Amino acid sequence: MSEQPEMVFRARGVTKRFALPRQAPWLPRRFVAAVEEVSFEVLRGESLGIVGESGSGKTTLLKLLLGLEKPDAGELRYLGRSLRREVQVVFQDPVSALDPRLRVADIILEPLRVMGLREPRETRLHELLQAVGLPRAAAGRYPHEFSGGQRQRIAIARALAPRPRVLLADEPVSALDVSVRAQVLNLLLDLRRDFDLTLLLVSHDLGVVRHLCQRLLVMQSGRVVEAGETRRVFAAPAQPYTQLLLAAIPTLSQRRTA
Amino acid sequence: MSAVSAPTEPVVRVSDLSVRVGTVEAVHSVGFELAAGRRTGLIGESGSGKTLTALAVMGLLPDGLSASGRAVYREQDLVALSEAELCRLRGDRLSMIFQEPLSALNPVQTIGEQVAEPLRLHRGLGGRESLARARELLERVQIPRAAEKLGQYPHQLSGGQRQRAMIAMAISCSPEVLIADEPTTALDVTVQAEVLRLLDRLVDEEGATLLLITHDLPVVAGLCDRVLVMYGGHLVEEGAVGEVFDSPRHPYTLALLESIPSLDQELPSGRFRAIPGAVPGLGQFPSGCPFRNRCPRATELCATMPALEGEGHRAACWHPAS
Repeated sequence: MSEQPEMVFRARGVTKRFALPRQAPWLPRRFVAAVEEVSFEVLRGESLGIVGESGSGKTTLLKLLLGLEKPDAGELRYLGRSLRREVQVVFQDPVSALDPRLRVADIILEPLRVMGLREPRETRLHELLQAVGLPRAAAGRYPHEFSGGQRQRIAIARALAPRPRVLLADEPVSALDVSVRAQVLNLLLDLRRDFDLTLLLVSHDLGVVRHLCQRLLVMQSGRVVEAGETRRVFAAPAQPYTQLLLAAIPTLSQRRTA
Repeated sequence: MSAVSAPTEPVVRVSDLSVRVGTVEAVHSVGFELAAGRRTGLIGESGSGKTLTALAVMGLLPDGLSASGRAVYREQDLVALSEAELCRLRGDRLSMIFQEPLSALNPVQTIGEQVAEPLRLHRGLGGRESLARARELLERVQIPRAAEKLGQYPHQLSGGQRQRAMIAMAISCSPEVLIADEPTTALDVTVQAEVLRLLDRLVDEEGATLLLITHDLPVVAGLCDRVLVMYGGHLVEEGAVGEVFDSPRHPYTLALLESIPSLDQELPSGRFRAIPGAVPGLGQFPSGCPFRNRCPRATELCATMPALEGEGHRAACWHPAS
């Protein structure tokens, strides 16, 4: 028997509702459940994919994990020491995620400044630039001087600055050109290995999840409809919705002309 | 071997088409034909010039952009036609489906009015008659409760329904040429599959000639019989889908195909197949072959842009992959 793996997050029956705009002042408020009765665990060092279409609740779940939203019911716990420092996030659109008025050095080191972490700035900056494959000279430049893929590297370097244990990535390559996506995905693979990161990847791109995540949660209308080892789910999806989702992915071998 | 290369009369013949953005040339002298009833995929990333090429053909380039060259449709050069003449063709003989229906549809006009508009403009139908036709069209694109949707505004429809409404508008006058620019990129994968099936069926029923612009190669595989590949404003490869996807000649096409991760096999050596470098910004592509600064096969020869060469399956490369 192997040792019980260490848990990073534990969600039990987590529900988050949002109020709909009132139809009229005298009518009762109505609510929609964005996340409903969701239970799962995230284990230390694993990579977990959260897949689902728009409206499935995956973004709300991400916000709950980051502590940006509080559950209305159920329990969601981070089992480490400091959620704020140890859990960092990379968003979809690197253009709006980076302050255009700040130099790259200031962007990357901002979390250290805000969190009051004492580290030799210069050394840390160079370590981070090197980790994400950017030249040292990038430090003095502004976000607009970089391509989409490089901006996403800057955002990743910033997320790594406070030495997180968990990295959440929300559609990290969907806004990038097809020909540069693989570079950023490989970077995530490397960082996971080099920094012993736990990775949570929110994505609608099953092709990416297939190769980046060991386990996945399939969400539909706020609920987790299927969970399991990625390989198993792809080979033999148990739920009709997962089957539909997998069948909908266009592939090169499905040809109109034989 | 392939029945696909049997000659058919081209409906649109584009030759030496260039598009300038201010003083920068963004599309460099591209030429291709759209054969009657065929479906052609136009593949490219941002900055490849794929959308500008389509907009130039439709005469829809925004202010500040200018086209030169020819795009001949039924003996009329679309590049040289006046706006009034283009207006007579657009929405009738040639129509276009855009990527983001929320910004392409008019937010303050009902769906019914918008779908009916081409019929009123080009077929002279009256209000009641055009709305009745609009309702039939909404049913044809499988929008549930079509009668109710006629009086609704774009924001009241889901993304998939809006895209269906735009398709209804585009096919309302049974166009001969349909250009769809990333029609499903903004949609969820299951909705994308439904909309693509719909587009496939309608193009067949109408016998329309389709130009499908996308960055998604598998979508082209499933829907098209020919493919054009653009990079850096140049047409770098073209041919039948089977030939181009099974034996790509241009290293860019090959790299794009290899970068698509397999769904049923593990990654070779556990890594995604990456293309080095980034897509340069407008006007920053290298001279000569635009891909040479990212290409593993590049030599000094590539400082000169090669011509598209080959019969049926053509590629613009000094060192083709196959």
